[in-house]
Amino acid sequence: MDVFVQHVVNGLALGGVYALLSLGLALVFSILGLINFAHGELLTLGGYAIYGGLAVLALPFGGAVVVAIIATAVAAMAMERVAFRPVRDASAASMLLTSFAVSALLQVVLQNAISPRGKAIVTPAFFKQAITISDLVVGSIQALSIVATAILLLLLMVFLRSTVLGLAMRAAAVDFRTTRLMGIHANAVVATAFALSGILAGVAALLWVAQSGSVRPLMGLVPVLKAFIAVILGGLGSLPGAVVGGFVLGFIEVFLRAYLPGAALEFREAIALLIVITILFFRPQGLLGRRVEAAR
Amino acid sequence: MLAVDDLAVSYGAVHAVRGLSLTVATGEIVALLGANGAGKSSTLNAVMGLVPAASGRVEFAGQSVSGLAPERIVRLGMTLTPEGRHVFPNLSVDENLALGAATRNERRAIEATRAEVFELFPVLAERRTQLAGTLSGGEQQMLAIGRSLMSVPKLLLLDEPSLGLAPQIVDLIFDLIARLRTRGLTILLVEQSVDRALEIADRGYVLRNGQLAMAGRAGELRASTGVERAYMGLADV
Ligand SMILES: Nc1ncnc2c1ncn2[C@@H]1O[C@H](COP(=O)(O)OP(=O)(O)OP(=O)(O)O)[C@@H](O)[C@H]1O
Ligand SMILES: [Mg+2]
Repeated sequence: MDVFVQHVVNGLALGGVYALLSLGLALVFSILGLINFAHGELLTLGGYAIYGGLAVLALPFGGAVVVAIIATAVAAMAMERVAFRPVRDASAASMLLTSFAVSALLQVVLQNAISPRGKAIVTPAFFKQAITISDLVVGSIQALSIVATAILLLLLMVFLRSTVLGLAMRAAAVDFRTTRLMGIHANAVVATAFALSGILAGVAALLWVAQSGSVRPLMGLVPVLKAFIAVILGGLGSLPGAVVGGFVLGFIEVFLRAYLPGAALEFREAIALLIVITILFFRPQGLLGRRVEAAR
Repeated sequence: MLAVDDLAVSYGAVHAVRGLSLTVATGEIVALLGANGAGKSSTLNAVMGLVPAASGRVEFAGQSVSGLAPERIVRLGMTLTPEGRHVFPNLSVDENLALGAATRNERRAIEATRAEVFELFPVLAERRTQLAGTLSGGEQQMLAIGRSLMSVPKLLLLDEPSLGLAPQIVDLIFDLIARLRTRGLTILLVEQSVDRALEIADRGYVLRNGQLAMAGRAGELRASTGVERAYMGLADV
C-alpha cells in the first residue's frame, strides 16, 4: 500500500509538470486556434535562464528561478508579437508552420550561441533530500512539483474567475469577436494568453531542471509532445481538460514504469500512447472536451 | 448622432452593401428593414468595425469611426447586440454582465447599472449564477441586451432582437426597446417583425440587395403596399 501511495505521489509530480505545459498550450489554442509547437522552447529558454542566472549572474537559486519565469513570460510575449501577430488572420496551417519555424530557430540559436551539448545545473542540496510524512517518504522535488503546480493552478483559476481580463480570456476562447464588442482589446487578450503560457512554461522549466540537473538545446521537445498528447487527451479547447489530461498522462506513465514486467518496460512509451488512443477511441472529444457538432 | 455616408461592404465577390447613407438623430428609434440577405447585419457590423467597410464614412457623435476597431468604438459610446444573441455560454449571467461593463472602472456605478438591468429583466436577477448557455432563448436575448446596456451606450445597435422568440417574449422585447428610448437611449433597430418595428420607430430605411430601396417616417412606411412591402421582406407573410 505504501508503495502505491508513493506511485501516486510520483504521478502527481510528473502529471503536474505535464499539466502546466499542456495548460499553456491550451490557453493559446483556446484564443488563437494555434497549437504552438515552440512552447517547448519556452521550457528550454526557462532552463537556460536558470543556468544563466546561476552561472553568469551568480544569483542564488531562487533568484535564478524568478529571472527564468520573467524571461519565459517575456519570451512568450515577444514570440507572439514578432512571429504570430503578423499571421494571426492567416490559416491555421500557416500559424502552425510559423510555430515550427520559431521552434527550429530557437533550437539552432541555442546550439550555436551556447553549445549543442548540455550544461549541468547545480541544484540546491535540498533537492536531493527526502521529506518524511508519517511513514511516507517524498522526494523534495516531487513535493515541490506538487505544491508549485497546485499554487499555480489555483492562482490561474482565481485570475480566470474574478478579474475582467480573466473573464475576457474565457469569453474569447468561445467567441473572440463578441469579446471585442465588450471593449476588450484583442491584442491584450492574445498577449495575456502568451504571457500566462510563458509563466507556466517557466515554472515547468524549474521542475524539469530540478529533476534532470541539466539543460540542453533540445530539452523542450519531449515535454511539448507529451503536453500536446495531454491536451488532446483532455479535450482540445478545454482548459480544465488540459490539466486533467496532463495528470492522467503522468499517472499512466508512472504506473506503467512501476508495474510493467521487466521485458515490457522498454515499450512503456508505446503502451502509454496505446492507452491514450484507446481512451480517445471511446471519447473522441477527449475527457472533458465538448463534442463538436457536425452541422453548424 | 450617427451618420453613415456612401457605405459599401464586400465579402470577396459578394457586394453585401452598396452606396448606403443613413442618419440617426439623438433620441430616435430608427428601423433598418429588408428581406433576408439584404445587408442589414453587414451594415451594423461595418458601423461597429466588426467587418471592414469597402468604402464610405461612418461618423458617431461628430467623430469619424471609420477603420476603428470595435473595442475602440464601444469606448466611444456605441455598441451592438448582435444577431443570434452571442451571450458567452460558458460564463454565468453575472460574468456576462461584468464583461459588458469591461470598459468602465467605477465599481459603484457598475453596480448601479446592474441593478437597473435587473430591474428591466427581473428574470436575470433570479439566474445570476446560472451559465448563460443554459438560459432559454428569450432569457439569452435579455442577457445580450442587458450586457450591452452595462457599457452605458449612447447609441445601441440592435440586430433582430425578436428572432426566434415566442410571441409573449417578442412583446416584452419591443416594450423594452420603447422604454429604453424614454431613458434617453438612441436606437438603430434591425428587425424582421416589420410592423412591430415600425410601431415603435420614428423613421425607417428599407434595404434591398444591399441598396437603399425606401426611406421615410415610420407611419409612411407602414402605409406602403404591394411591391414595397416585398422589399421589407413581407412578401410571404
Ligand atoms: N461573412 C460573410 N462572408 C460572405 N458573405 C457574407 C458574409 N456575411 C454576409 N454575407 C452575405 O452578404 C449578404 C448580406 O448579408 P447580411 O447578413 O448582411 O444580411 P441580413 O440583411 O442581415 O440578412 P438576415 O435578415 O438573414 O439576417 C448576404 O448575401 C450574405 O450571404
Ligand atoms: Mg442579419
